[in-house]
Amino acid sequence: MAKPAIITHPESLKNPAGPSEYSKHPVNTSLTKEAKIALYTKMARIRHFEQRCIRIYQQGKIGGFLHLYVGQEAVAAGTISLLGKHDHIITGYRDHGHGLMVGMSMKECMAELTGKVTGCSKGKGGSMHYFAPDKNYWGGHGIVGGQAPLGTGLAYAVKYRGEKGSCFTYMGDGAVNQGAVHEAYNLASLWDLPVVFVVENNGYSMGTSQERSTAHPGCLAKRAEGYNMAWDMINGHDVYEVRAKTAAALKRAHEESKPTVLEIFTYRYFGHSMADPDKTYRDKEEIKEYRDKKDPVLLFEQELLGEKVLTPELVESINAAAMEEADAAAVFADESPEPTFSDITKHIYWEEDNRSKKSTSSGTIIFE
Amino acid sequence: MPIISYREALRAAMRDELKRDENVVIMGEEVAQFNGAYKITEGLLKEFGPKRVVDTPISEAGFIGLGIGASMLGIRPVMELMFWSFSYVAFDQIVNNAGNIRYMSGGLINCPIVIRGPANGGTNVGATHSHTPEAILASHPGIKVVCPATPYDAKGLLKAAIRDNDPVYVMENTILYNDKGEVPDEDYIVPIGVADIKRVGTDLTIVAHGRAVITSLKAAEILEKEHGVSVEVVDLRSIRPLDEETILASVRKTHRALLVEENKPFCGVDAQVAYLIQARAFDELDAPIGRVSSIDAPQIYSKKLEDLQLPYPARVVEAALKVLA
Repeated sequence: MAKPAIITHPESLKNPAGPSEYSKHPVNTSLTKEAKIALYTKMARIRHFEQRCIRIYQQGKIGGFLHLYVGQEAVAAGTISLLGKHDHIITGYRDHGHGLMVGMSMKECMAELTGKVTGCSKGKGGSMHYFAPDKNYWGGHGIVGGQAPLGTGLAYAVKYRGEKGSCFTYMGDGAVNQGAVHEAYNLASLWDLPVVFVVENNGYSMGTSQERSTAHPGCLAKRAEGYNMAWDMINGHDVYEVRAKTAAALKRAHEESKPTVLEIFTYRYFGHSMADPDKTYRDKEEIKEYRDKKDPVLLFEQELLGEKVLTPELVESINAAAMEEADAAAVFADESPEPTFSDITKHIYWEEDNRSKKSTSSGTIIFE
Repeated sequence: MPIISYREALRAAMRDELKRDENVVIMGEEVAQFNGAYKITEGLLKEFGPKRVVDTPISEAGFIGLGIGASMLGIRPVMELMFWSFSYVAFDQIVNNAGNIRYMSGGLINCPIVIRGPANGGTNVGATHSHTPEAILASHPGIKVVCPATPYDAKGLLKAAIRDNDPVYVMENTILYNDKGEVPDEDYIVPIGVADIKRVGTDLTIVAHGRAVITSLKAAEILEKEHGVSVEVVDLRSIRPLDEETILASVRKTHRALLVEENKPFCGVDAQVAYLIQARAFDELDAPIGRVSSIDAPQIYSKKLEDLQLPYPARVVEAALKVLA
């Protein structure tokens, strides 16, 4: 028997030009003009923040890894724009876009990259470990797929507390071969947990293409069938489509407390991380094709210009403001103080940081 | 005071805490309908229902990770591992996620999870089911590890663990599950990080944890009766945090130390304890520190040989006499 063809792109991606067929979906028609402008602005902010990061990295001010979200903006923007009070978010290490979408400031995000005490994690997490639990954002996780059980647990807690909510659990296409992801799929379906697993398929798990890493018929999301879960494929270059199809998954979580796997086809313009010379596994033409014809920010810009929601002047001012904000964040990161030596041994244990008579422990907990 | 088993003491702790805090959830393989692989959780499903006492599939990375995620939102999961040996397939969750989340978030997120279950050899089940990972896990800042040796400590430490706001890993011992002792009905906790002098003596300090405490107490009896030696037995109860002062005070009194544990010797808990004693009580020592651990090999299946592989009273007596020589 012939093997079924592997799907690496949805049908709607083949002809991206022209208005989105999802512009008339109720979840999009219900957006006010202001909300559409705000959504575009958020995507532009992610783009400019990430591009500003490149310069700072090249100046040697960012240590470790830097995984950029450029090209994938519509995934975080489209999905997170739908979420409410009891909806939670957790992702892997390509976590800047999600952070900005939930409302983290560019300043705290940039300062975290440069390891400053003013960073969102006080300089203890770095690029891969952004957190904002006050905004329902639970990270920022460094080990591929390791966040999938955590996201399932956040959804379990939402259900346990009787809240109408969900946990959006993001991962890359490389994560789908990790055991922890499959265990999370099984538990989510077995216990009817309101999780939406979002596979951000940018085609490459680091430098290994999907064809070289993953055995599957059809698309990656179809693995959901093995766990009796609903699934869908989404063109991640069209933020309207992302919103329309994600809304169905969110409704399934809220109304039926059932999980979904969404595979969102997207593309990253830069290497896996800045440490990736990006020369061995794809050619420049491929990247150019995406940049020129399928760029999610530009496509949405054209869409909104067509709708007369945006004007060229407004586009210019939004982008100028985003660049200015990123510049200000870079200055803030530069000027912020480093953590102090004594900070190394803080935030290890709640108990140690909150010593009181009520403590359930004593003794030596930090060793020399 | 009622006399109950170590198993019943653990159950009493969970029952108390389930009643006290509606966010406490018992979760693990066979804990509910089957009443527990070791009957620790027997009757809890009937009493508290399926929302509070939850059977999981055999999927340690999945359900432990789920518990960690739920704890971040304020649920207090008490997860049973059928064997701590099975934690190895959930290592990323147990170490990377539970152990690091508070630190990496700059203190924004806590992980008040309890993972408990037996971590011992001596049951004739072979190497894969006989690991004692207290030293491995306690070596990670962010994690707390306790090892109760008696029914009283089992109840008090588990209750303290459930109320603790950090991840606490409770390592029990199947061989101790039927041991009986006095355990109060009323609410009490054994604070984590406080060692207990299980026997007072003047000539030699034995430092032990878990079942090695019981072995050491038997050895101390023999040493007194047959050799006229007065032995003090310090039960660590908690590995991290570690009650350094109680260890040092005892050594300063007896001037001789023997360390007994069921771990393998290399990088065992007692390597840390030996370092502590030489660093802070070097001048107090009248003899080199002695040590008894399991024989350094994967746990053997043969029952006869496994009994010899683990510390047993005669081996402890022999090592004690060397330190006393």
